Amino acid sequence: MIKQEKMAIVSQTEIAKNIFELTVAGSLVQEMNEPGQFVHVRVADSFEPLLRRPISVAKIDKEASSFTMIYRSEGRGTSLLSQKTERDTLDVLGPLGHGFPVEEAGKKAYLIGGGIGVPPLYELALQLNARGVETVHILGFESSEAVFYEDKFRALGDTHIATVDGSHGTEGFVTHILNGLPNDFDTYYSCGPTPMLEAVQWAYPEKKGFLSYEQRMGCGIGACFACVCRTTRSETDYIKVCSDGPVFPAGVVIS
Amino acid sequence: MTDLSVKLPGLDLKNPIMPASGCFGFGKEYAQLYDLSKLGSIMIKATTAEMRLGNPTPRVAETSSGMLNAIGLQNPGLEKVFGEELPWLDQFDVPIIANVAGSLAEDYVEVAKTISKAPNVHALELNISCPNVKQGGITFGTDPNVAKELTRMVKDVSDVPVYVKLSPNVTDVVQLAKAVEEGGADGITMINTLLGMRLDPKTGRPVIANITGGLSGPAIKPVALRMVYEVRRHTKLPIIGMGGVAEVDDVIDFLSAGANAVAVGTANFVNPFVCPELIDKLPERLHELGYESVQELTGRSHRL
Repeated sequence: MIKQEKMAIVSQTEIAKNIFELTVAGSLVQEMNEPGQFVHVRVADSFEPLLRRPISVAKIDKEASSFTMIYRSEGRGTSLLSQKTERDTLDVLGPLGHGFPVEEAGKKAYLIGGGIGVPPLYELALQLNARGVETVHILGFESSEAVFYEDKFRALGDTHIATVDGSHGTEGFVTHILNGLPNDFDTYYSCGPTPMLEAVQWAYPEKKGFLSYEQRMGCGIGACFACVCRTTRSETDYIKVCSDGPVFPAGVVIS
Repeated sequence: MTDLSVKLPGLDLKNPIMPASGCFGFGKEYAQLYDLSKLGSIMIKATTAEMRLGNPTPRVAETSSGMLNAIGLQNPGLEKVFGEELPWLDQFDVPIIANVAGSLAEDYVEVAKTISKAPNVHALELNISCPNVKQGGITFGTDPNVAKELTRMVKDVSDVPVYVKLSPNVTDVVQLAKAVEEGGADGITMINTLLGMRLDPKTGRPVIANITGGLSGPAIKPVALRMVYEVRRHTKLPIIGMGGVAEVDDVIDFLSAGANAVAVGTANFVNPFVCPELIDKLPERLHELGYESVQELTGRSHRL
């Protein structure tokens, strides 16, 4: 069930250049189940900036009733968010949307992430490993300064890093790594920039895959029709990224 | 006991608060969050004769204390709205105001004729002010004669009272209000969004795919309030006021300026519980100001 709550900020840390890890606590966490869902966060009590910011859930801790978001501070809203401390509360609406289906994983899964698309793959990796699924993580970043959670992913399975400038791991994109990896997995899950999702989809036309999309949102709950995409199902079919997604099976969304 | 009820043509409202068209879909999303029967009314998303897929994305962009949108009247079309959305909404004890749109006058007439027969549709809102479609919409809402004629045509076929939604993108909104009154309108809803744009400072490109979009949110409230005030001075028609309403004193302001009821748009995106919260806060605020009913407060700025 979707809830709105003023949550307590447990911690906020800059874990890479302009990348912040923010943990908040409250009863809303009990509603969180699927990895890949997101929350809609209000960064100011005033109406400036006006709209909520959609941020993906990186880790759910039901015992502590807390969850962790990882976001990049780049605009007005996220830079205000990055200034919040343990003394503040955070207005959170969520959990929203439909996440990655963990039951579809099979025995071995590739988790392919790019930049700020990496965070939701962490909760996914935790849940898949808890179910006995072998996970391989292929993660792309701009440069060594932007890399985060490498050790955390490594603790859960084989992990490959690419950076665009080659300052860490393989030089180039995640697709360069994928070219050198065996095709012995059952399912892939991916989140990142749209060109990356397209490339991943093209690389594995015969595999079962699930992609998490991004689109400018208004309400975050499906009412405003801002984040629609056409689909391959018919000329008149469309989806709303916020409420029908953000995760869709590969081959459905025309982005 | 503070009396929140408002009686308007076709509309017996238990309170003066309703979500504005286009900001609330057909209610399903918000029904997950609270009981829609609490609302005074619901202005459902604009309905056209045929399904519309709307504009390309990006369709929204944030601006200072506001946002631009160019959704492009995406909706499932009259048949689905009449056959599925409205029957679904019938489970709630709330009168519906159906927003009617089209490209040609005949489209408006066709939609109005059918949708006004739905048992829970108690009024129509004639959308002659959408700034985001190439044909129809605002082209009917900027010329007084065209607006008057369309109002008359829709009035002729509608089974329920017709409210006309006015655009702020005109030189003289009073002229338009008078024109639709002459055309037989039962009420006015105002204002629709203000046409605007935002550029990407790096590239100079418009952020919205449609290039321009409609500005809404707290940024437009002073404009909306001024227009409601002006229109109230020149017509006796009931007015449902809107434009940047987010807090209880915004409701007070619109009622004071002469609105009989108030619609809430963009604020639903910021706080999805804003409508029920405003309904809960309104009695106390009225009482603090020395009023025991909504009706008593309505139009007070004109009596000073």
